[in-house]
Amino acid sequence: MNIFKAKKILLDIVTHGILISVALTCVFPVFWMISSSLKTQEEVFSSMSLIPQTGIATWISNYRTAFVEANFGVYFMNSVFYTVVGVFFIIFIASLASYGFSRLQFWGKSFFFYLLISTLLIPIPGVFVPLYLLLKKLSLLDTRTGLLLCYISNGLAFGIFLLKGFFDELPKEIEEAALIDGCSRFGIYWRIALPLAKPALATLVIMNSLTIWNEFLLALVVLQDKAKMPIQRGLMVFQGTFITDYPLLMAGLTIATIPIVIVYLLMQKHIVKGIAAGALKG
Amino acid sequence: MKASPKEKSLNFLFIAPALTLFLVFSFYPILRTFQLSVFQWNGIDRDMLFVGLAQYKHILFHNPMFWKSMLNAGYVTLLSLTLQNGLALLLALLVNRQIKGDNIYRMIFFLPPVLSGIVVGLIWKFVYDGNFGILNHWLISLGFVQFQDFAWLSEIKTALTSVAVVHMWKGFGYGFIILLAGLQTISVELYEAAEVDGADAWQQFKNITFPLLIPIFTIVSILTILGSMQIFDLIYSMTRGGPAGHTHVPITKIYEYMSNGEFGYSTAMAVIFGMVLLVVSFAQIFISKKLNYNNK
Repeated sequence: MNIFKAKKILLDIVTHGILISVALTCVFPVFWMISSSLKTQEEVFSSMSLIPQTGIATWISNYRTAFVEANFGVYFMNSVFYTVVGVFFIIFIASLASYGFSRLQFWGKSFFFYLLISTLLIPIPGVFVPLYLLLKKLSLLDTRTGLLLCYISNGLAFGIFLLKGFFDELPKEIEEAALIDGCSRFGIYWRIALPLAKPALATLVIMNSLTIWNEFLLALVVLQDKAKMPIQRGLMVFQGTFITDYPLLMAGLTIATIPIVIVYLLMQKHIVKGIAAGALKG
Repeated sequence: MKASPKEKSLNFLFIAPALTLFLVFSFYPILRTFQLSVFQWNGIDRDMLFVGLAQYKHILFHNPMFWKSMLNAGYVTLLSLTLQNGLALLLALLVNRQIKGDNIYRMIFFLPPVLSGIVVGLIWKFVYDGNFGILNHWLISLGFVQFQDFAWLSEIKTALTSVAVVHMWKGFGYGFIILLAGLQTISVELYEAAEVDGADAWQQFKNITFPLLIPIFTIVSILTILGSMQIFDLIYSMTRGGPAGHTHVPITKIYEYMSNGEFGYSTAMAVIFGMVLLVVSFAQIFISKKLNYNNK
């Protein structure tokens, strides 16, 4: 073995040593959360083992209590509702608009485009204060519609930005042929452009799902009624009431996390693409 | 092909839904923020009392808690800029060395950024717990008995730093992914040419990697500043601004004033804070323009 090879092996060991220790730091809290959600109250207070000493009966009973008595089942379904409906409308409205911006002529086109995507570049903290007052005036405070309208509106700028870029790159020939064949503009958008945009749509679906599922501040400002709360909001309500019931809280956190982790593991590539697109905008 | 006026107005229907939603739920609230900020108003009364810039003056000169919250967010930002982005850069460089398992590392490092701020905050609150937290358990078994019952999030000295550590834990993977993507755009040929010319690893880093990475590192830094200054979910789930206001940040202050029904005052604070962020994001626009220009 020559000295270069020995040096390379040593370097590899150091590299993996650093990477593995950081990786363990990343996953440990998540495993700790799952593990604690399977323990009994006494065990959480007495044992610091990562492997719960309980049987499957405790696991089921913990999660049943979390879903039913601690209301996490309701919160979970609300989150599913907000995410599915919100993402659907963001995709539909943003793709319609970006197709218009990319292909069609109308008055004030570039003005409206820059107006719409300006919120990507200008940070507007505290906009939840006037939003609260607006929803109150529209009698949409503490309603599902009110929260959804905020979510949909928030997702539009990035969606339009990403999809317009995508439509701009698509060849126009097929669409022009379809136009000559008498297809309406909406028909072209719906049957030709939208199916071609699938890769960009997938990125948008994932990014917006993550955003809506994880959103907290607007849900805090808009909702008071527990029956309408998404899970992030529900977690804080639960935590405020049963401050030391750690197994149940951890079960709630796990319920809030599992869908995200599954989507993440399946759709990692789209997420990375979306992050890169978001970071290098402007 | 020119569109007829009738066609043009039909075309407008494509953007009408987006434009309507945007104008009502994004644009109008922005304008309203400025308008509200010059009134004293509790959100209920019919009459709003016009006070001009008095609330701005009060926030800037008579509200030490606002400055404290800015400093707190600044502290978190400073730690993130140095430690978090330093770690992100180091890891990106290590993973970029074509080592085994780079996909697994990438997958794991980006796990914390996809979790919600509330979930992360509540897990770590449990880890930090004075009596039942695993952190103190480990510290004590390592012989640091002074940490028996030490409540990290309730002690004035440690609360903010403890939250900042969690913020960095959650955030470094984000910079890591962007930096790694940047590193992978650097052409291998550059390194091969340098190798032929006899440049060692350090010289290659100094003369190829580093200069080409500067624009991307700048973007990551700006995103870090904007993200860290606007920290909210973690603070809300871990300390709610306590102990005694020592972990308040601008957004928690704005929320607090709003909850107390001081709508005018909270929007004035939002405007001031927004102006500070605007300076940072102008820098972002300027730098990414320059970056695009260099690419062409």
